Amino acid sequence: MFRPMSDAKSAAALSFSFDGRPLIGRDGDTVAASLLANGVTVCRETPVSGAPRAPYCLMGVCFECLVVIDGVGNRQGCMVPLRDGMAIETQHGRRQPEEIQG
Amino acid sequence: MKPLTEIGQLAEHYDLAVVGAGPAGLSAAARASELGLSVLLVDENPAPGGQIYRSITTTPVSDRAVLGQDYWRGLDIVARLKRSATAYAARCTVWSIAPEVESDGASFEIGLSLDGRARLISARQVVLATGAQERPFPIPGWTLPGVMTAGAAQIALKSSAIVPKGRTVIAGCGPLLYLLAGQLAAAGAEIVAVLDTTPPRNWRAALTALPDFLRSPYLAKGLKLMAKARRSLRFVGGVTSLAVEGSGRLSAVRFERGGTSQSIACDTLLLHQGVIPSVNLSNAAGCAHDFDPVQHCWVPQLDDWFASSVPGIAIAGDGAGIGGAESAALRGEIAALDTARRLGRITMQERDNHAAPVRAALGRTLRGRRFLDLLYKPAAQFLAPTVDDTIICRCEEVTAGQVRDAAKRLGVTGPNQMKAFLRCGMGPCQGRLCGPTVVELIAETRGTSPAEVGYYRLRPPVKPVTLAELASLPQSEAAVKAVVR
Repeated sequence: MFRPMSDAKSAAALSFSFDGRPLIGRDGDTVAASLLANGVTVCRETPVSGAPRAPYCLMGVCFECLVVIDGVGNRQGCMVPLRDGMAIETQHGRRQPEEIQG
Repeated sequence: MKPLTEIGQLAEHYDLAVVGAGPAGLSAAARASELGLSVLLVDENPAPGGQIYRSITTTPVSDRAVLGQDYWRGLDIVARLKRSATAYAARCTVWSIAPEVESDGASFEIGLSLDGRARLISARQVVLATGAQERPFPIPGWTLPGVMTAGAAQIALKSSAIVPKGRTVIAGCGPLLYLLAGQLAAAGAEIVAVLDTTPPRNWRAALTALPDFLRSPYLAKGLKLMAKARRSLRFVGGVTSLAVEGSGRLSAVRFERGGTSQSIACDTLLLHQGVIPSVNLSNAAGCAHDFDPVQHCWVPQLDDWFASSVPGIAIAGDGAGIGGAESAALRGEIAALDTARRLGRITMQERDNHAAPVRAALGRTLRGRRFLDLLYKPAAQFLAPTVDDTIICRCEEVTAGQVRDAAKRLGVTGPNQMKAFLRCGMGPCQGRLCGPTVVELIAETRGTSPAEVGYYRLRPPVKPVTLAELASLPQSEAAVKAVVR
């Protein structure tokens, strides 16, 4: 979990949601940074065992911050800039057949 | 500089494509552009700077003292790029580099994506400046939420001015450990301990390289960092084992020191044991690599001009072997000069004249590096985890015990065969977080060396591309005919 520095420069506030919960982020941050700053501790569950995972490297290497953004899965949260109105969701395990057909 | 924000704005063809906008890529692109080449600089991040100068033009950190003077040097490097005619595509991912089929090999086809749209363009020369990544640090429980790399905390600080909340422990070895501890403390984080895993016996090997280090720019800087961090923080040296405790989330870190075991409750654990070159793109492009026993990592085979084994592809910056930010910028210049020479823009004599002062400066910045490499070489138990149920492939959840078993009982001799048995390296990170450990475990089990074991043979796309992106690519008539029955 992260918190902002007391003297950080201000930026425009962006509204987004995580698993339906409305949150506020900072313009210029990535999706992963916005989740960390909002106290989100888990962003995905692994496809193999369903274990919870959180952002690990924040530089596009580890693929631990994979989330579903506006319905598209497997997005690297640390590489995608936050946009106003984004609907971000936890990526749960492996895809189920009904999701693929649907 | 010409900023490109949509994939359609890229030209069909460039003299030079530079991948990565850290110090090496920025300098290579600026220099080549100043010499009259048409240059495309492609970078995955939203703003230039790479990792060391991350968010240098956009950082919300207002107090300059927090990140330190060395960080702000990045402003000059970006300013030079902005004055040049370089076409710069941010948020653009290169996923493939291959010699062009329909040309005589004097050109490369480059696959890239921006905003979910893919393109194939061509460039006569390529400079890879993809930098470094954290060396994997596989310890029991390192996959639990709450555990991150030290580099990740530094990126969060630089790009978003956020710091870990609650009790934070930093563990590992290397110069960055002290730098980060100082930066985070200055930014107001609560660092309850720094656990140093530097093996004391490394000093003997490192002392052989001491004379050079005494004349190096690292010395004064390093001593200052260490002294400052040690004065204000709790340092624990001689740590020989680390394990993360907690269910579903980190709650404490357990460590051993001098045969006794202790545990520290914490909310965040930051791991770091040095950085290694990012080899995914260079490996997939067919460049040959060797195992460097001093830096203990794979590095591309390069000549004096940073030209790789694939004619037309040069590799500058930390991707050419770890040298730090200042040497990265200088290596970028040298690679750009030879690129201009290969394209006939300058003569060999002009190239050599331009390069002479850059080489002299490069020699100075690299002086003392060997001492750091030898001193901070990670201990064997942190390269090949001794606890068998430690996950070593985070994507496919393969453990150290599984790799050992396959190497011993099934006689698996190399990492590519290991993939076939265990799927390690086949998840989305494509081996970036398990490759070095898999190699280490095989070498240890079979009594050979990483150099003999070899590395994954990586293939494009080096970053995931959606089927929709691939399907939208324009197809040549020959390519369509090849699959029509």
